[in-house]
Formats: sequence, structure tokens, C-alpha cells
Amino acid sequence: MSVFVLRRLLTLLATLVGASLIIFLVLDALPGNAAQMLMGADASPDAVRALTVKLGLDQPLAVRYLQWIKGLVVGDLGNSYVYGTPVASLIAERLVLTIPLAILAMAITVTLALSAGIYTAANHNKLGDVGVMSLTQVGIALPNFWFAILLVLLFAVRLQWLSAGGFAGWEDGIWPGIKSLLLPAVSLAVVQAAILARVTRSAVLEVLREDFVRTARAKGLGKREVLWSHVLRNAMIPVMTVMGLQFANLLAGTIVIENVFYLPGLGRLIFQSIANRDLIVVRNCVMLLAAMVVIVNFVVDVLYAFIDPRIKVHDL
Amino acid sequence: MDERSNVPLIEVENLDVRLNTSRGPARAVRGVSFALERGETLGLVGESGCGKSVTALSLMGLLPDSAAVTGSIKLDGDELVGLSDADYCRLRGNRISMIFQEPMTALNPMHTIGNQVAEPLRRHKKYSAAQARRETIALLDRVGLPDPARRVDAYPHQFSGGQRQRITIAMALACEPDLLIADEPTTALDVTIQGQILDLIADLVEERGMSMILISHDLGVIAENVQRMMVMYGGTVVESGPTDEVFRRMGHPYTQGLFRARPKLGARKGTRLKTISGTVPELADLPSGCTFSDRCPLVIDQCRAALPPMVDVGPGHLVRCIRTDVSMAEPVGALTA
Repeated sequence: MSVFVLRRLLTLLATLVGASLIIFLVLDALPGNAAQMLMGADASPDAVRALTVKLGLDQPLAVRYLQWIKGLVVGDLGNSYVYGTPVASLIAERLVLTIPLAILAMAITVTLALSAGIYTAANHNKLGDVGVMSLTQVGIALPNFWFAILLVLLFAVRLQWLSAGGFAGWEDGIWPGIKSLLLPAVSLAVVQAAILARVTRSAVLEVLREDFVRTARAKGLGKREVLWSHVLRNAMIPVMTVMGLQFANLLAGTIVIENVFYLPGLGRLIFQSIANRDLIVVRNCVMLLAAMVVIVNFVVDVLYAFIDPRIKVHDL
Repeated sequence: MDERSNVPLIEVENLDVRLNTSRGPARAVRGVSFALERGETLGLVGESGCGKSVTALSLMGLLPDSAAVTGSIKLDGDELVGLSDADYCRLRGNRISMIFQEPMTALNPMHTIGNQVAEPLRRHKKYSAAQARRETIALLDRVGLPDPARRVDAYPHQFSGGQRQRITIAMALACEPDLLIADEPTTALDVTIQGQILDLIADLVEERGMSMILISHDLGVIAENVQRMMVMYGGTVVESGPTDEVFRRMGHPYTQGLFRARPKLGARKGTRLKTISGTVPELADLPSGCTFSDRCPLVIDQCRAALPPMVDVGPGHLVRCIRTDVSMAEPVGALTA
């Protein structure tokens, strides 16, 4: 077990190093000098050069990369070119919104997808199956920003149950915060849930065809008991794999959705920083997103071993 | 109870099963009838697709939902055809158990073998977890699994094929069923293990006074392990009788063909194995009349007119052939081998 986790940890570190290199190189190759952008087109070349030196942009690539990595390790991410405030606190402020949003969206995704997937597999080829599967087909085809606008029209404009945008914060308790994240989370979740429901359905159907399902039935277990006690655990491996990958999609989706709902989250910070050429913020935000995705997938890998007893032994 | 002692344990009458196959609807089982007394053992022989497994699964009530079963299956006089799934669940693993062909895939890889063997005990006998565990270890010990007290918490992948088949046998026997159905229990195993597993099954059947239906394509396995046998072809029973009687004098050209096709010890090097000409027809397009008519060396026009009746050719020995006068003119069977 520990060998298995250790090996996955090493892979995780290697992936993070690779991601940091790519992020650093791509952003540095981006046209447009950060100092020039900050000073405006009319700034004198001398002033631009002075700022370039001040920001450390005149250093060789390798030095700047290593400085960045050192900063990441000790938690000093530098100051934003635009706001002048520490990038770390800028990001922390936004995470208070984006992490609960991602968790809420993932929770809605998993709940919808597992119930729809298990229900359709248990009623394979019956009316309910065909109906729900057609719905997921529509779900997959929906652009999430458009669906978000429909949700706003219905729940905020027509029914006036929820606000159309903005974030209430956590100061007045959990409920107002959740309430303002509900519509964004649903719009993020619908497409993902539609995909995951189809994955769940086919995974469950595949396991239902296994010999051990017939063995379990031969022991006198009812169809439902077999489904819960024998099928689901076996079907979870492909479902969790897709869930891990979807988490990345979900984070990418926040960039659009936070803009639709005027939420001051990480996605919006990235969007604004790109527009402002605030590269130091972009670089650290993207690195953070990459780290979140890699860590979630690491957790998924470790969960495999908890679910499937064969994995531990194979890796020892 | 006394009244029931005259009733056979299993009585199958005119069993018909229609399945939806990729080639369209097919009658997988056609008018199969037989009875099985308590403690009696019956062998079902035939090539794959002859309907022997479908017959077994219809006894278990485990055919796919799309299958249409007509006729009658009685357990101790109680009708099983048309029984609700909930009622059937009370019988399966309790009064009727089944061992399957593939021990490598018949166990759930995610659960310990102990939990899987204990499942029927907990379900049918309402044992507590501790009781079930004790009984499970005893069962695993009885089927010859080494060191059961320690290995009860191991997972299926930690066992060999033969050991896994022992585990599925323990599972099937947990509730001391009246009838054990063994569907090719040794086909997937090494030859050296096959004998051990068959001996184990035979011992257990005798020890617990169970009835058994043993399904096999291997005439040798049938000859050594059951009192009575039925040969199936194309969904029909073509020959049935006491095993000794059938092997002494085989009546149906198909049974004779199977017998001739077996490899023989001491045959000269380079001797070709005898085969039955043609291939097993798809169930969806069986010939009219005798199902074997397309491959039979003795076929005459009359064979194709209607399904031949069962003909009595000896004590309890029935053959579904109108040409037994020719087929049985020269004895084919163990005596001539």
C-alpha cells in the first residue's frame, strides 16, 4: 500500500514539475512585454527598461524559473503587476469562492450522474432508460454559459428565487453563500453530469453481464441487492476515472461561468489578469489549477486501491 | 410430508424455452421432460448450444427476462414456472444451488471469499456474522481449501482456478440444498485438477444425500459420475436412460457419434479422430423433423417429416430415433470399445 502511494506521489511531483515548466515557457513566450503593458504605449523606453529591471524581467529564463519555483515552495508568489498586492493573498481571496463552487458543482454532478446512471442501467432498454438517456444527450449538447443564462432567466428574472449574479460571501452564514453559488454550480454540473451518467450506465451494464453477478443471483440475492452489493463497487473504477478528468473540465468551466454570474472567483481573476497582461498572477493561477487537477487525480488513484483489492497486490 | 415422499424432487414436463438470439427467436429447449428423485444423480450431455445449460438455468429461474418458458418444472410438487423473482430468491442458493463453469470469473473480485461464501448463510439461514464466519471456515475446510481460518479474508485473485472452484462449491453447498446443478464444473480446469474436483463433488453429493444434475460435454465425466443420463441435441432429448445401460448399448446415431469421436488410448500414431460430419446448427434454423437429420448418417426422408417419438429400447432406456433397428443392429458402447 505505502509503496503504491509513494510511487503515485513521485508521479504527482514529476507531473507538477512538467506542468510548471510548460506554464512558465508558454507565458514567457507570450507576445507583449509586461512592463510595456503596465506603463502604456506612450511610456519612455528608459522608464520601461527601469520597470523591466525592477520586476526582474531582465534576468535569464532559468534564473527566473528557479526563483518562481523557490517562491512556490516557500509560499511567496510575488506581487501583482497591476494591483501591487501579494499574489498569494489575491488568490486566497478568490479561492473562498471557487473551491466551494467546484465542490458544490462536483457534488451535484455526482448525485445526478450516479442516480441517473444506476437507474437507467437497472431499467435497461425500458422507457425510463430511453427517456433519461435522451435527456443526457441534450445535456451534453448544451453550452454551459447559454444554459446559465436560461437558468438566470427562469430562477432570477421570472421566479425571483435567486439572484442573477454576485456573491453574498460567507459572513452571514453558509446559506446566503450557497444560494448565490447554486445557479453557477448547476450550470457547471449539467454537462458533466450528462457525460458521467452515460459512463455510469455503461459501466454498470458491463458489470451486470459478468459471471459473478449470475453467481450472486444463484445464491438467492434479488436483482436490487446484487446491484448494490456486487455491481456498484466494480463499476466505480471507470466512473471515478472520468470523475477525476471532469474535475479539470469543471475548473476550466469556472472561468466562463464566473464571468456570466459576476462572481469574484479564481476564474474571473485569471480572465482579468490575462486581459491586463498581469502575467505573474496568470502564471500562479494556472499553476494552482494544474496542481488541483493533478492532486484530485492522485486521490482518485489512491481510492482505486481502496476499492479494488487487486491493485494493492499488483503494485507491491 | 408422507404424501410428498412419493413425489419426485424435480419433475420437468414438456419444458419449452424460447430465447431471443442474434439470429432471431429460437427454441432453445423443446419439450424436455424428466424427473429426478431425492439423492439421484443425472447427467446432461451434448455439444455447446444443445440446450443443456438453458435447461439448467430454467430450473434456477435465471434465464434472461426476454426468455419465454412454458411447460412445468416442479420442486417437491410445487410449480416453479411463473414463480415471482422474490419467491425464487428464497429457493436459489437454499434448496437449489448451482456451480458454474468459469471459477475465474464466477467470484466477485472486490469481496473476500469469506463474505461470498457466507452470503447464502446470512440470507437464507439468517446466521449472525460470527455464526456465518464459523460455518464458512468449516465449509472451506470441507471442500479442501488449505488453511481456511486464515484465508477466509483473502480475495479471489489470491487463489488458483482449482481453489476458486472449491470456493464456489462451498458457496453452493452452504445451505445444504436438495439439488445441486453443476454446469461443466471442471471444463475450465487443468486435467489433473478435474478429477479432484469431480471426486469432491461426488463425495459431497453422497455425504449430504443431495440430488445432482451434472452438465458436461465429456462422455467420460458423465460415465463415471451419474446414475442416469440424458443426451441433448438441438434442444431435444435424443437419448436417456441409466448410465450403464446407455453406455452398454447406445441407440441414437448422435450418441454413437459422440462416443466414436472421443480420443482413444492406444490408437495408432497418425490415426485421425472420428468426427460427426457437419456442424451444430444455429438454434434459430434447426431442420424440421428430427433435429439431427442434417448430420445423421442413417437419415431417410421420414426423419424429416416429424420429430420422432421416444422409443423404448431397454430397461428405462429411451431413444428418439425411428431407425434404431439399423443404428442398434451393431452394438456401439463401452462393450465394443
